[in-house]
Amino acid sequence: MAEFSLPANSKIKPTGKRYAAPAGATNVRAFKVYRWNPDDGANPHFDTYELDLETTGPMVLDALIRIKAEVDPTLTFRRSCREGICGSCSMNIDGTNGLACTTAIEDIKGEVKITPLPHMEVVKDLVPDFKMFYAQYASIKPWLQTVTPAPSGEERLQTVEDRSKIDGLYECILCACCSTACPSYWWNSDKFLGPAILLQAYRWLADSRDEMTGERLDMLEDPFRLYRCHTIMNCANVCPKGLNPAKAIAEIKKMMVERAV
Amino acid sequence: MGRATAIGRVRGLGSAKSGTGHWWLQRVTAAGNLILVLWFIVSLVRLPGLQYAAVTEWLRQPVAAVPMLLLITSVFWHFRLGLQVFIEDYLHEEGSKLLALLALNFYALAGAAVGVFCVLKIALGAA
Repeated sequence: MAEFSLPANSKIKPTGKRYAAPAGATNVRAFKVYRWNPDDGANPHFDTYELDLETTGPMVLDALIRIKAEVDPTLTFRRSCREGICGSCSMNIDGTNGLACTTAIEDIKGEVKITPLPHMEVVKDLVPDFKMFYAQYASIKPWLQTVTPAPSGEERLQTVEDRSKIDGLYECILCACCSTACPSYWWNSDKFLGPAILLQAYRWLADSRDEMTGERLDMLEDPFRLYRCHTIMNCANVCPKGLNPAKAIAEIKKMMVERAV
Repeated sequence: MGRATAIGRVRGLGSAKSGTGHWWLQRVTAAGNLILVLWFIVSLVRLPGLQYAAVTEWLRQPVAAVPMLLLITSVFWHFRLGLQVFIEDYLHEEGSKLLALLALNFYALAGAAVGVFCVLKIALGAA
């Protein structure tokens, strides 16, 4: 059965610490952050950090960096570009998946609750294990494949119109916000490829230069790999890049029907 | 089967090379249901009464019996396809999944058979 409660060792214990705001803080906001350390054998808990927003940057990532730098260096999270292009700081903020670096603190009311991406194995604190996600990405062979030998000394040309067909697809940064917001992916991530990987798969199906369309569709034609998508649309709602994975999946299904019916 | 590595687990047993037929038939039977259920409702409303005699007399005509057989087939087929997806979504233990799918197939087929038999009995039986 699908699991509707956390396993015993993942249940959150009400034992967190509270780090009070510095004296004289005028605009205090609390950040309630999921903590789990694989080395101490304890269950996860929430620690609450109070910051003065007057002296903190505007984004959730600014708050996390400040906590790590000034309050609690043990807090563990991924981040790199701090401008929404690397996809490292994807996490669940105030109940919705998003990038900490592009989520403004002022858009969240009250305490800011931060947990790792849902339904992923946790490595530590806010760091989920992307091993299976990356393996799924590799499985769709995300590179240009042709039968025609590469032209010597020139690019593979594309018309402006053909190039525009991968707009809304190539922008995906593989942050996994969409896949980990998808109930179908929660229940069947061992076999369902999930919205992020299927959008990437369609990026190559839609590329006029790629000649392995049939083989790519063969690989996807499966009740679980593709057809677990039930157009729930959480993917499109949470995508921090404003992409629509559900539409890409619908386009794959249309190609499947086109070659079969 | 490469269980040792992540990519081995993802590649698993490979693609089943099916799923499109199932997905497409679910849409086709949905369209069928829409048309046939509308026909059914309109037909019932237009009947002079809903007593046993009135309904059986109506169902005895070929123009009623044939769409009724199509309605029963389409509804049970759609039900079977839809519930199969539900079972695959939520039942992960292979044994119970197989049992549930078997029970579903038997139920859908038996339900459709009973429905078809009833319509034929009325349509072809003595008045």
